[in-house]
Amino acid sequence: MVNVRGLSRRFGTTLALDNVDLTLQSGEFVALLGRSGSGKSTLLRTLAGLDAPTAGTVQVPAERMVVFQEPRLLPWKTATENVALGLKGRGARDQARAALAEVGLEHRLDAYPGTLSGGEAQRTALARALVRDPKLLLLDEPFAALDALTRMRMHGLIESLWKRHRLSVLLITHDVDEAILLADRALVIDKGRMVASIDIGLQRPRDLGQPGFFTLRKRLLNAIGVTDAEVHESAASDLHGAPDSTVVQHSIAMA
Amino acid sequence: MLDDPALSLSIAPAAKRRSRQWLRVLSPLALLILWQIGCSTGWISSRTLAAPSQVIASFIDLTSDGSLQHHLLVSLGRVAKGMAVALVVGGSLALLAGLSRTGEYVIDAPMQMLRTLPVLALIPFFIIWFGIGEVPKVALVAVAAVFPIYLTLYSGIRGVDPKLIELAKIIGLSRGAMIRHVILPGALPTALVGVRYSLGISWLILVAAEQVNASSGIGYLMNDARDFMRIDILVVGLLIYACLGLIVDILVRWLERRLLGWRPSFVNSAT
Repeated sequence: MVNVRGLSRRFGTTLALDNVDLTLQSGEFVALLGRSGSGKSTLLRTLAGLDAPTAGTVQVPAERMVVFQEPRLLPWKTATENVALGLKGRGARDQARAALAEVGLEHRLDAYPGTLSGGEAQRTALARALVRDPKLLLLDEPFAALDALTRMRMHGLIESLWKRHRLSVLLITHDVDEAILLADRALVIDKGRMVASIDIGLQRPRDLGQPGFFTLRKRLLNAIGVTDAEVHESAASDLHGAPDSTVVQHSIAMA
Repeated sequence: MLDDPALSLSIAPAAKRRSRQWLRVLSPLALLILWQIGCSTGWISSRTLAAPSQVIASFIDLTSDGSLQHHLLVSLGRVAKGMAVALVVGGSLALLAGLSRTGEYVIDAPMQMLRTLPVLALIPFFIIWFGIGEVPKVALVAVAAVFPIYLTLYSGIRGVDPKLIELAKIIGLSRGAMIRHVILPGALPTALVGVRYSLGISWLILVAAEQVNASSGIGYLMNDARDFMRIDILVVGLLIYACLGLIVDILVRWLERRLLGWRPSFVNSAT
């Protein structure tokens, strides 16, 4: 499905991708984790055909679609028109409506993007990708800008669409829990190098309280390079639901 | 003239707004009454300014024999022709410069240089080149109106969100489809500001152009009135210009409402 060998990408003097290998089986859901600036977006852009490699070979199916962090809808077109844009043939609008119905937006067909909520806009973007029947779906932190509740519902939606359409998915995220909830395999990229590939064998449907979840979380965080101390802190802050407390504790530790 | 509808959307309660709207009508009305009183009592000499009543009388006079309508139509025709030329030329140049690097190098630099020329200083040239008929008048309007259209459409095209263009590539839009569905609609809000500006300028230029060897048009009417010291007709001419400005503004606003209906500010005010 996807086969990348020895991929390197240089921007000026910085090496964004350094000899990266990546294989995706057909129908596989892979999450790509990394800190910001680790090269994960460059890798996705290369797979999407938006960026040319400096060295290496890249094999991807031509039927690939991308959903970005921002929905990138044309504000002057309705949801249906946005989804149907570029489709050939008479049935384009009907196909678009069906795709919007599949993501649960049958009631917003004629809405302009300016009136859609963040979740609705992102679901429209998802419908626009799916209506083109891709073999490979590239997701570039598509839930990062959504609130926690909407994100949870989007996770469920993505999982069911992935099953129904037998897609191969590469999900870029910096959210470890998201990777464990959705992916068959999680890759970790750091400073342009693939540093870990961890299989996630948990039973689906998954949830945060599942046995084995916490162990995987710790392994992944370690692979990303977050220290054990940081792991405990962030776990504690998660329990209290206050992401800021991590920062506070850090500054105390440093003082 | 360039106020954003989103900004003019008042958030005051409806009743309060209505009372304030009354004030908007009241103050010009008061000025008009003061003006009339001033003229009737002789505070304002009839050689300085004609009384509103006199202006109305000459307006009725001019319309009853059809001469005002004739001059107005002639002027409208000149503006329409000039604007048509400006839209076609300015629009094409902006498309060429906006959509290709080569076009930008060839077109943008000379346009940026030429736009700094005061158009009225071209009148002598235009008389020498085109004579004193219709052509120099229409050409002056066209030259004056072309720059705002060019500049706003060009910068509108260049200002289209590159993320949307990237997306258009991903979903496999052809270049033609991308221009039609992504670039032009994206540039439209900015370009419409240019159209509004151009229409305003074209009237301005026309007044000056019609005072050069014209035998018809509102500018001619006013020039003629000046020669005969007909201050009342001069005021009628001014009022016509003011009304035309208003009408043009309303027209462009209507156009914006039609073409930019997708904007959240419009969508919200409609529901």
